[in-house]
Amino acid sequence: MKDNCVIEVHNLTTAYGGAPVLWDVDFELPGGQIIGVIGPNGSGKTTLLKTIMGLLEPSSGYVKILDKDLDKVREKIAYVPQRESVDWDFPASVFDVVMMGRYRSKNLFKRSNKTDVAIVNESIEKVGLTEFKSRQISQLSGGQQQRVFIARALAQKADIYLMDEPFVGVDAATENSILKLLKEMKETGKTVLIIHHDLQTVSDYFDYLVLLNTRLIAKGTPQEVLTEENLTNAYGGQLTLLAKVANLIKVNQFPIREKDVDL
Amino acid sequence: MTSHQSLKKVQTFIDFITFKDPNVIYVVIGMVCITASSALIGTFAYLRKRALIGDAIAHSLLPGICLGFIAAGEKNMFYLFFGAFLTGWFSTFLVDFIVNKSKVKQDAAIGIVLSTFFAFGIVLLTYIQNGNYSDQGGLNQFLFGQAAAINRDELILFEVILAIIAFSIFIFYRAFILVSFNADYAKSIGLPVKFIEFLITSLTVLSVAAGIQALGVVLMSALIVTPAAAARFWSHNLPRILLIAVAISVFSGLVGAYVSYVNVATPTGPWVVLVLSFITLISFLGSAQNGILASYLKSRANKRKILHENILKTIYHYHENQQHIDQLDLTVTASQLLEIRLVDTDQLQKGLERLIQMDLLTPLNSGYQLTTKGRVESRRIVRLHRLWEQYLLKRTSIDALHVHSGAEAIEHILSPELEQELERELGIKGIPKEDF
Repeated sequence: MKDNCVIEVHNLTTAYGGAPVLWDVDFELPGGQIIGVIGPNGSGKTTLLKTIMGLLEPSSGYVKILDKDLDKVREKIAYVPQRESVDWDFPASVFDVVMMGRYRSKNLFKRSNKTDVAIVNESIEKVGLTEFKSRQISQLSGGQQQRVFIARALAQKADIYLMDEPFVGVDAATENSILKLLKEMKETGKTVLIIHHDLQTVSDYFDYLVLLNTRLIAKGTPQEVLTEENLTNAYGGQLTLLAKVANLIKVNQFPIREKDVDL
Repeated sequence: MTSHQSLKKVQTFIDFITFKDPNVIYVVIGMVCITASSALIGTFAYLRKRALIGDAIAHSLLPGICLGFIAAGEKNMFYLFFGAFLTGWFSTFLVDFIVNKSKVKQDAAIGIVLSTFFAFGIVLLTYIQNGNYSDQGGLNQFLFGQAAAINRDELILFEVILAIIAFSIFIFYRAFILVSFNADYAKSIGLPVKFIEFLITSLTVLSVAAGIQALGVVLMSALIVTPAAAARFWSHNLPRILLIAVAISVFSGLVGAYVSYVNVATPTGPWVVLVLSFITLISFLGSAQNGILASYLKSRANKRKILHENILKTIYHYHENQQHIDQLDLTVTASQLLEIRLVDTDQLQKGLERLIQMDLLTPLNSGYQLTTKGRVESRRIVRLHRLWEQYLLKRTSIDALHVHSGAEAIEHILSPELEQELERELGIKGIPKEDF
C-alpha cells in the first residue's frame, strides 16, 4: 500500500439481483483531498459508496479504510446518503437529526451530554442553519435538508466523509456554501469523497477523480481523467457489450466469477 | 326511554367506573395495557411505513391460537398466546422472505401471507369446533374480540408485555428512531440494524398477540396503525406523538370495553375501532397544522380578503372616474360599483356589510362612503396593484395587454417589505397613474 492512502478498494465486485453493478473495481484514494466519483446513471456510483460503507456485501474483493477493516475505524468515517433516500415527513427537528451524528453503538443507551449538544450546535452553525435549529425537517427546502445531512456528518467528527450526490436539487447559493465548507474541511486534513453528476463543474470542484461505468474507467487528477477517450469510454456507447454480458449473467443466474480464481 | 331505564344506565356507568364488579378492574387495566402497548410500538411500525404488517400479523395469529388450543387440549392462556406469537412472528418472516427472494412487492406479499394464514386458522377453528373438545366455547371470540373475558392471569401477562414494550422503547429509543428514519445511516455507524428491526417486529407481534382476545384478529391491526396516524396530525414531536397515540388508543379501548360490558353479547373490537376511527376523522378535519378545517378556514379568509380589497379598489376607481381621488369622499351605491366591476351581488352585499363592521366604510343615504381608514386602505391596494404592473412591464417580457390580469391576484399578498422593495427598485412614489 502506498503512503497517504485512506481508502483502498481491492478488486471489488458487487452484484444487485444477480447482475454485477461494480465489476473488478480497484483503486487507492489519497487522503486530504476532495475526490469526485463520476460516471453516467446506473454506473455503480452509489453502489460503490454503499459497498465501502458496508451497506452492501461485495461478491468478491474487499475494502480497507486507513489500512484496516471498516468495523475497526467506523468512527473515522461519515456517510451522507442521498437526500431522497429518507422520508422528510419524519417527526424530527433539525437539531434531532444532527444529534443522530453523535449516536454511536457505544452510547446508544445514554442521553446526550453537554459536549454532544455543543458539537451539534457548532455543526448546525457551520452549515448556516442556526436560525432553523428547532424547525421541523419537513418544513425545510431541498437545499436546507441537504445541509442538515451534511451537518449530521460534521457532528460525527470523522476524518473521511462519503457523500452521495450532495449537490442534487440544491440552489446555486447552497452549492457554493457547501463547496466552501468542503474546502475548509480539506484544509483541516479531512478527506471527502463525493458522488457528482455535473461534468461542467468537475474540474473546479475536485482534486482527484474516479471515473466509473460498472468497471473503473480512469482515476487520477482531473487533467488525467477528463480526456476525450476516457469520457467516450464512460459515457459513449463503448460499454454496451459489457452491459450485454452483465445482463446475460443475470438472466442465466451465472456466477460472476469462478470460486477458485477469486482475487 | 323511561326515567327508570335511564337511571339504570347511570347506575351501570357508575358501577363500571367505580369497579364495583371486581371483573371490571381486570377488564379496564387489561384494556389500558393492551391499547397502550399497541399504540407505543405501532408508532414505530407506522414511522417505518410497515403499517400493513400489523394486519398480516393479526390474521396470522389465528392458526397459532388454534394450534395452541390443540396442543394444550383446553383453553390454556399461555399455550394459546405462545402459539399466536409463533405464527405471528413466522408471518412477518415469510413476508420479508417473499419480498427478498422474489419480484413480489411487499403489499402483495402481505396479502398472500395474511389470507393464507387466516384461511388455515379458520380451517383449524372448524376442526376444533367439530372435534371432541369440551372447553372450546369462546374460541370464536378471537375473531372479533371480547374484552369482558379478560381474567386475572391474562392481566398479569398484559402488564408484563406493556412493561417489556415500554422498557424496550426507553432503552432503544435512539436505535428505534435511527432505524425508522434512516436505516442505511444507522448501519453506516455500525448499529446492528437487523437485530433492531427484529426487535421492533417481535415487539409488534407481542402487542398484537396481547390484544387478540380483547379485540379479535380481524380488527387488532387498527390498534397498531390508527393511533399513530391520528396522533401525527397533532404534533411533529416524536415523544409527544407517542403520548397522544397512547391517550387516543387507551380512550378508545375503554369506551369499547364499557360498551361490551353493558351489552354482554357485543364484541369489543368493532366498538374500539369505530371510536378510534372517529377520533382519527376529527384529527384529520380539526388539527391546527394539517387539518382540512384549518385549510378551509384559511382559504375562506383569503377569499374574503380578496373580495374586500377588490371592493375598496373599485371604490377608488369610481373616484378616479369622477376625478375625485384627492378627497375620496364621494358616496357610492352598490349598482355604481357593479358598473365598474362585475361581481356576484350576494357576495358584494356581504362584503360591503363586513367592510362597515371593519370600520372601512360608513353607510350614507342609500350608498357607502370610505372612512379615513378605508381611504388609506383603498389607496394601498391600488398602489400595490399598479406597482406590480410596472414591475412586470419593466422586468419581464409581458405584453401590456396581460399586465393587468398578471397583477390582479398579486396585490393581495404583497407584504409591506415587498412594497418597499418595489418602490426602491422602480423609483416610484405615490400611486402610479397608469392603469392597464
